[in-house]
Amino acid sequence: MDFICNFPFFSILLSLFSGTICSILPGKAAKIVNRVVIITVGILSGILLVYLLDSGESFVYWMGHFPAPWGNEIRAGVLEAGMALFFCIIMYLSMAGGAHKLFDEVEESKHNLYYILINLLLSSLLALVYTNDMFTAYVFVEINTISACGLIMIRQVGRTIEAAVRYMIMSLLGSGLLLFGLCIMYDLTGHLLMSNIKESVSLLIQNGEYQIPLIVSIALMCVGLCIKSALFPFHAWLPDAYGYSTVSSAAILSSLVSKGYIFLLIKIIYRVIGFDIFNSTRIIDVLFVFGLMGMIFGSLSAIKEGDIRRMIAFSSVAQIGYIYMGFGMGTQAGMVASVFHILSHAATKSLLFIAAIGLTEVSGGSRKFIDLTGAGYRNKWAGVAFTAGSLSMVGVPLFSGFISKLLFAQAAVQVEGKMLAALIVLGISTVLNAIYFMKTVIRIYTAAGDTPYPCITFKDMKVHAVVLILFVILNVLLGVSSQPIVNMIEQGLAMFA
Amino acid sequence: MSKKKSTENYQKTFAFHFFSWLHGEKDPYLGNVEMQPQKEYETDPEMVLRHEKEHDAIMDKVYDTQHNVQLRLFHSLYEITSILFCLFLMALLLVTISYLPATGVAEKPVNNEVAARYIENGLEETGAINIVAGMILDYRAFDTLGESHVLFVATITVLILLRLDKNKKGEINPLTKDMNPNDRIYEPKNDAILRLVASFLVPIIIIFGIYIILNGHLGPGGGFSGGAVIGAGLILYLNAFGFEKTERFFTEKTYKWICFFSLSFYCLAKSYSFFTGANHLHSIIPNGTPGAILSGGLILPLNIAVGLVVACTMYAFYAMFRKGGF
Amino acid sequence: MGPNLFVNYGEAVAAILFCIGFTNLLLQTNLIKKIIGLNIMDSAIYLFLAEKGYIAGRAAPIVTNGVTSAEAYINPIPSGLVLTGIVVSVSVSALMLSLTIRLYVRYHTLNLDEIAAQLKKEGK
Repeated sequence: MDFICNFPFFSILLSLFSGTICSILPGKAAKIVNRVVIITVGILSGILLVYLLDSGESFVYWMGHFPAPWGNEIRAGVLEAGMALFFCIIMYLSMAGGAHKLFDEVEESKHNLYYILINLLLSSLLALVYTNDMFTAYVFVEINTISACGLIMIRQVGRTIEAAVRYMIMSLLGSGLLLFGLCIMYDLTGHLLMSNIKESVSLLIQNGEYQIPLIVSIALMCVGLCIKSALFPFHAWLPDAYGYSTVSSAAILSSLVSKGYIFLLIKIIYRVIGFDIFNSTRIIDVLFVFGLMGMIFGSLSAIKEGDIRRMIAFSSVAQIGYIYMGFGMGTQAGMVASVFHILSHAATKSLLFIAAIGLTEVSGGSRKFIDLTGAGYRNKWAGVAFTAGSLSMVGVPLFSGFISKLLFAQAAVQVEGKMLAALIVLGISTVLNAIYFMKTVIRIYTAAGDTPYPCITFKDMKVHAVVLILFVILNVLLGVSSQPIVNMIEQGLAMFA
Repeated sequence: MSKKKSTENYQKTFAFHFFSWLHGEKDPYLGNVEMQPQKEYETDPEMVLRHEKEHDAIMDKVYDTQHNVQLRLFHSLYEITSILFCLFLMALLLVTISYLPATGVAEKPVNNEVAARYIENGLEETGAINIVAGMILDYRAFDTLGESHVLFVATITVLILLRLDKNKKGEINPLTKDMNPNDRIYEPKNDAILRLVASFLVPIIIIFGIYIILNGHLGPGGGFSGGAVIGAGLILYLNAFGFEKTERFFTEKTYKWICFFSLSFYCLAKSYSFFTGANHLHSIIPNGTPGAILSGGLILPLNIAVGLVVACTMYAFYAMFRKGGF
Repeated sequence: MGPNLFVNYGEAVAAILFCIGFTNLLLQTNLIKKIIGLNIMDSAIYLFLAEKGYIAGRAAPIVTNGVTSAEAYINPIPSGLVLTGIVVSVSVSALMLSLTIRLYVRYHTLNLDEIAAQLKKEGK
C-alpha cells in the first residue's frame, strides 16, 4: 500500500487532535493552528485526489489490526477526496472572510473554544465523507450536530440561543430516527460496515426475506438525514440559525454542515442499500415531492423576508430542495446534478453570506433592505461579489448555478413521469429566485442620495475583499470548467458501487 | 482512693458533655451548625412588574387566541399532525418489529461470524477478558475515539454557554450578564451530618470508581462508568465542603490539563495502533497474560484516560451548572 | 402483521417508548419536559439494542473459566453500541440543559413559544 493511502486517516486524526490542542492555547495561537490544519488537510486531500484520479481505483483503509467484517474501516475514492478538498477550501475562505466580525460578536476569552468547534467540525465532516462504517457515521453525525449548535450559539444573544435550541430539537429527532433505522438494519444484516451490509441487503432482496423491515429501515434513515439537512417541512430552525449567528458560522453551516449529512445520505444510497434497490422503493417519490415543495416554498418565504441574511437563509431551503429533487429522479444523471449542486451551492451561499456582511457593515449594521439602499456603491467589492453570487443563484451562464440548473433540466428530460413536474417547478423556482435576488441587487445599486454611512475602500478591508474575489473566481471556475468536474463526479459515483 | 476531678476538668470530659446532652441541657449543634433557613429569593419588584407586563402584553398580542385565528389554526394543525405522525410511526414500528427475527434465539442474522470471532478469538487477539471492552477499545476503536470527542465537544459548548468570563477591565462580559455568578447563598453551610457522611463515603466512592476503571478489561466496568462514579464522589465532596475546599486541588486549570493530556494520549495511542494496523506493521504493544491487571494491550491505559476525562467532565458540568466556573 | 410481535415484546415496548419520547419532544412546550422526552427516546433505542443482543440461556460476554466458545455467551456487539450511545446521550442532555439555563435566566420562562414571542418583541 502506498504511503498516500494514509492521507484520509491523517486528515481525520489531525483535525481531531488539533481540537484538543486548541483547548490549551490562547485565541490567537488557536487561530493559527486552525488555519494551518485546514490548509494541511486541504493539501493532503488534493494530493490524494490526484493520486486517485491517476490510479482510477478506490481503496479501503483498516482502522486497526483487523480485516473487514471485524474491524473498522475508512474508504477513499475520487468523490470523497474531491469533497474533502472542496470542504477545506470553503471552510478556509469562510473563516478568513468572517474573521473580523468574530471580534465583535464573540467574547475574546472564548475565541479558542470557537476554533476547537471548527476543528472538530472539520474532522467530523471528513469522517462522514470517508467512513465506511454506519455506526462510526452515527457517532460523527453527533459530533457534527453538537459543534454546529456551538457555532450557532457562540454569539450569545437571545436569538441565537433560541435558534440553537430549535436546531438541537430538530437534529435530535433526526438522530433518533437515524439510529433506530441503523439498529433495524443491523438486526437484519448483522453487520455495521457499509460494504458488508450491502452484500447482505442484496441477498435479502434476492431471497425476498424481511422486505417490510428493510424498507422501513431505509425510510427511517432517509427521514432522519432529511430532517438534519433541513429539507422543506423541517426547516423551521434554519432562518434564525443562519440569520443571526456570526457570519463565519452562517457560511460554514449553510454550505458545509447540511452538505455533510446529504453526502452521508448519498453514501448510504450507494454503498449501503444499492442504487437500484433504493430506486425501486417509493421513497424516491417522496423525496422528489418534498424537494419540489421546498423549491417553491423556500423561495416564497425568501421573497416575503425583509432582512437580507434571513432572505439568504430561506434561499438555502430552496436550494436543498433542488438537491433532493435530484435524488428523487432516481437516475444517475439526477444524482450527478445533485452532487454538482452541492458544490455550486456551497460556493455560492458562503459567498453571499460573506458579501452580505460587507454590505450591512456600510449600512450602520442594519440588515433591513431600506437601509441597504446604495450599499453597493459604498462597499464596491462586496456589492460586486453579492451581484455575482446572485447571478449564480439565478442561473446566469458563466456562473456555477447555471450549470447545475442545466444538469437538473437534462436529468429531468430523461425521466418519464417526473419530467413535466420537475421542469415546471425548475422554471417557477428560477423566476422566484430572480425576483428576490434581483430585488436585492437593484436595491444595493439604487443611488441613496445623502447617507450618513461612510464608503469603504479596498484598503480598509483587504482580507475581506481578497476572500470575496477568490469566492467569485471559484464560482466562475465551477461554471466555466464544469465538464472535468462533472466527469470527476461520474467517476466518483462509479467508484461507489 | 479515688481522685476527685475538679469541676473545671470534669466539664471538659466527654462524660459531662454526654450527660448534659442526655438531660437536654445542651444542644451540641448549637453554634456549630448554622441552620439558617434559606434566604428567600429577592426579586426586584420593578423587575417583577415589568416581566408581568411583558407577559401580559405578549399574551394579549401574540397569543390572543380569540382574535389571532391564524396562530390558533397553526397550533391545532401542528398538534394534530404531530400526534398523527407519532401514531403512524408507532404503528409502522410495531409492524416492522413483528417481522423482525425473534428475540432470544441464537439462529438469526445478528449472531454471525463477526460476533463469533469477537467471542472466540477476542481473548487471544485483544488480551481482554471482558469481550465488550475488547470490542469497543480494540476491534471498533474508531467509534470509541469519536465518542470521547463527543463528550469533549459537549463540554466545550457548555463552557461557552455558562462560563462567566471577565474581560480585560475585570467586568463580567455583557453577553453573559444575565447569569447569577454567586449561588453560595443557597448552599447549606457547615452541615455536620453531611460532612461526616461525606468524609466516610467520598474515599470509598472514589476507590470504587478507580477499581471499576482498572478492572475494565477484566470484568464489567470501564473508563466511562468508573469515571462517572468518581465524578459523583467529587460532586458529593463539593456539596459537603463547598467550593473553597475543592478549589485547592481542582480548578479550571487542572481540568484543562487533565483533559488535554488524557485526550492527547488517547488520540496518539490509537493513531499508532491504527497506523500500524493499516500498514500491516508489527505493533510493539504486548497483550500480556489474560487475567493479569497489566494485560489487554492498550485497553487499560485507554480506560484510565477515558476515566479521567469523564470524571473531570462530570465535575465540570456540575460546577458550570451551579455557578458558571470552578 | 408478521409472526413475531409477541415474541419480540421487548422491542415492541422499546418502539412504544420511542414514540412517547418522540411525541414529548414535538408537543411539550416546556423545555425540561422536552429534554425528558429526548432521554426517553434515547433509552428506548438502547433497550431495543439490548434486546437484539440477548440470547436465551447464555451468559454475559465476559470470559469465565476460560470458556471461549461462541455458544456460551450473548452477542457482545449491541452492548458495545449501547455503551457508545449512552455517552452521546449524556453529552446532548448536558448541552440542552445548559441552553435551557441560559434561556430561563434571561426570559424567566421555560416555554419556547413565549420566548419566541419575547424575542419578536425585542425585535433584534
